[in-house]
Amino acid sequence: MSAHANDHAVDHHDDHGHHHKQSFITKYIFSTDHKMISKQYLLTGLFMGIIGIAMSILFRMQLAWPEEPFQIFELLLGKWAEGGVMDPSVYLALVTIHGTIMVFFVLTAGLSGTFSNLLIPLQIGARDMASGFLNMVSYWLFFLSSFFMIMSLFVEAGPASAGWTVYPPLSALPQAIPGSGAGMTLWLVSMAIFIASSLLGSLNYVVTVLNLRTKGMSMTRLPLTIWAFFVTAVIGIVSFPVLLSAALMLLMDRSFGTSFFLSDIYIAGEVLHNQGGSPVLYEHLFWFLGHPEVYIVILPAMGMVSEIMATNARKPIFGYRAMVMSILAIAFLSTIVWGHHMFISGMNPFLGSVFTFTTLLIAIPSAVKSFNWITTLWKGNLQMNTAMLFSIGFVSTFITGGLTGIILGDSALDINVHDTYFVVAHFHLVMGISALYGLFAGVYHWFPKMFEGRMLNKNLGYVHFWITIVGAYGVFFPMHFVGMAGLPRRYYTNTAFPYFDDLADINVVMTIFAIITAAAQLVFLYNFIHSMYYGKVGPKNPWKATTLEWTADVKHIHGNWSGPIPEVHRWAYDYSKLNKDETGYVIEGQDYIPQHVPLQDNEEEMHH
Amino acid sequence: MTAFLVVLVIILFGITVLQLGKIFNMSKSAEELGESSEIANLKDNNVNGWLMLGLAIFTYVLMILCFWKWGDVLLPKSASEHGVETDNLMLISMSLIFIVGFFTLWLLSYFAFKYRGAEDTKALFFADNDKLEFIWTIIPVIVLAALIIYGLFTWTDIMNVDADEDPMVVELYAYQFDWRARYSGSDNTLGEANVRLIEGANQLGVDTSDPNAQDDIVVNELHLPVGKQVLFKMRSQDVLHSAYMPHFRAQMNCVPGMITQFSFTPTVTTDEMRMDDVIVAKVKKINELRSEKSKELALKGEEALEPYEFDYMLLCNKICGTNHYNMQMKIIVESQEDYDAWLATQPNIATSLKK
Repeated sequence: MSAHANDHAVDHHDDHGHHHKQSFITKYIFSTDHKMISKQYLLTGLFMGIIGIAMSILFRMQLAWPEEPFQIFELLLGKWAEGGVMDPSVYLALVTIHGTIMVFFVLTAGLSGTFSNLLIPLQIGARDMASGFLNMVSYWLFFLSSFFMIMSLFVEAGPASAGWTVYPPLSALPQAIPGSGAGMTLWLVSMAIFIASSLLGSLNYVVTVLNLRTKGMSMTRLPLTIWAFFVTAVIGIVSFPVLLSAALMLLMDRSFGTSFFLSDIYIAGEVLHNQGGSPVLYEHLFWFLGHPEVYIVILPAMGMVSEIMATNARKPIFGYRAMVMSILAIAFLSTIVWGHHMFISGMNPFLGSVFTFTTLLIAIPSAVKSFNWITTLWKGNLQMNTAMLFSIGFVSTFITGGLTGIILGDSALDINVHDTYFVVAHFHLVMGISALYGLFAGVYHWFPKMFEGRMLNKNLGYVHFWITIVGAYGVFFPMHFVGMAGLPRRYYTNTAFPYFDDLADINVVMTIFAIITAAAQLVFLYNFIHSMYYGKVGPKNPWKATTLEWTADVKHIHGNWSGPIPEVHRWAYDYSKLNKDETGYVIEGQDYIPQHVPLQDNEEEMHH
Repeated sequence: MTAFLVVLVIILFGITVLQLGKIFNMSKSAEELGESSEIANLKDNNVNGWLMLGLAIFTYVLMILCFWKWGDVLLPKSASEHGVETDNLMLISMSLIFIVGFFTLWLLSYFAFKYRGAEDTKALFFADNDKLEFIWTIIPVIVLAALIIYGLFTWTDIMNVDADEDPMVVELYAYQFDWRARYSGSDNTLGEANVRLIEGANQLGVDTSDPNAQDDIVVNELHLPVGKQVLFKMRSQDVLHSAYMPHFRAQMNCVPGMITQFSFTPTVTTDEMRMDDVIVAKVKKINELRSEKSKELALKGEEALEPYEFDYMLLCNKICGTNHYNMQMKIIVESQEDYDAWLATQPNIATSLKK
């Protein structure tokens, strides 16, 4: 795509009117069109999500009914569940791969990859990404990395099972756990490819947002979605390379006898030669990505929620500048808080103090965002579309999950809840469930943009939302109690400790809720697949939104707009704006003013 | 008990399905009226607005139910000196969280309900208000500043070991999948050790030529005298482990290649803790559950479970391999006399390794 998007619009738009013919392969497989790539990301992400969630159901069943035989275990896990009783090592493999898949493949690629690709060009008024080719490469690297991750499930000794953080030495030594053999190698290869994919994607997003904005689309007129995607991409570029370096060093420790992370180890009856390395170094490197990663996951969701909430509340987002500033503040702080995962790792306690300080600071921009969302609802005219429900659900879980972060971020309190189920409950609510709600909100809202005007069924959407939110709280709220009782995470069963016997019924309740919630996702899947082909075609701008994507052609064409690219004259949040005399809306009978509509005579100009 | 909860969940689920069925019917009738659109209509706004109000109530009810049902699974009072401070900070933070959570979730749900889309309503064009935003920036700043300062003082108190206090030095040694403890003996100094010296009975790789090592005592059950500060030096033989002692509010990772440390003063003996009301109730409940389970096992012809008696425990809390879930050591806190008597029966390195 040309860097001069505007000239393009004026001079060459005829080119785009004639849609050049594409073969099946160039259109659906090796496509360089951002809309198609976005769908590829979404479908791959959903596929991985099905696997990730199915795994969680399996290990939840094991936790609720420990060592009880289930036919389904033997069916799905084969030799690791002979007689239907799950093997402890496969339990660890399941939690490891569940974490990896959900964090990286679903919530990073599936969420940010899908919507950055779909919305960046459409909302800034560009005909495509800066580099369509790199974009295609990015997706196919993601596909390849997913492929390797899936393949790792089928190696003889089992997939990686050292936890999704794969701390060495456990992840470095096949003697320590069977999964640290070929499965772990594939894990590392898959992640290395994933990082390359993520970097190519992120660079593309940054360049596109900076260079390809249409005329009039200043940075302060960008919808919050774009701000979020932009900043997310920047954090990704800053932090993912560090994970790559950690992965490479781990690979070398495993395969070439180096000692980056290994020292003084006696295992399986012999002393290893490794000397001088430190697992704590790995923890630093991992969490230097790992912490920004949770913001890479949550920021796009925040951006989409802001956008969807304003649209459906028929109100401007409250405090646009504060929302942008808090995205920037969160992004900055996210790179200097990684140590709060390591308070008791053995690092200097003084560092713990520093990281407590920076960590609790993040609560401030997060609080500002939450209050601004709530104020956006205040005196609105809320249209309860499914996307809106998921956005409200997002704020709900972001609050309930985020608040417990105050406990975990406080080093003194972290000592006793570190690595217990309290942590599991915290991050599932604040980043797992919240980000999934963001993903669902995005899918319900922009489905018409993805599938040429077809819409998802709203009633199935309501069923999906209400079961999911009740179920997710049912799983993760009681989980805090399990953590406060002192039960460590990643235990195959807690029957080895009679002290924890009284937790058995909580585990059963959580598992039942988990199964119900997972079943509700089938409703979504059915809705998604059915609506792709048979969904009702709605109006061009079904949600009456102001942003540019709804001015683009409903039919997918290369270049997005068959005519010239629209010029932007205002910010993205002129909802329910009154005319100068306050007698009615600026545009009679229409409570929104799209961004491409010039300033009207009866309207006061505002600077947001 | 479990059955009751299962039934409760099923009933709640049933109610949800019924409610959803109602939504279905309502929207169906709208469709019959010829309004076939996937965009929310007034009826959808109304139903979902009410349900949003229900969401707040649901979260409150869930919270209360959890406390009522499972409030008794939480850890008992702290058995260490610093733990009292930690628990205090925890209580303050938790109260704050509950207040803020209660308030914000209510606003969220209430606004969603109150301002649900209706006919002829106009949303308020309300884009900015510096004063409001200032207020909800500055309040978190002040509250968090207070929490941070309190937290940091507590943290520093816990982590900084005062050498003048002359703490008793004990090594905690972790390996797949068990623990050993090494007492430093009368000199209160641990002998040098390295994994390269592991051989036969010298399981911890203690340097037997080190004079400091001669009086070291290796055991597999941790005994601690009450009221005496202990300084744990932690080592790991193979992978990362974490020494987690929840009743003492203590935890530290064991890292191969380095020695980590954590110090605390136990204040409640095992016997005293067994008499504690919370623990008595908990043990009673656990034993009821166990005897029920035993009956089931007996029917299957399997061995019955042993009745449970409370003991402090050391758990591994960092994923360390297949048997991570069962890597534990018993901790006994007792009077100085009992402790001394017990320690006197344990052989030291000089005698045990020479044998």
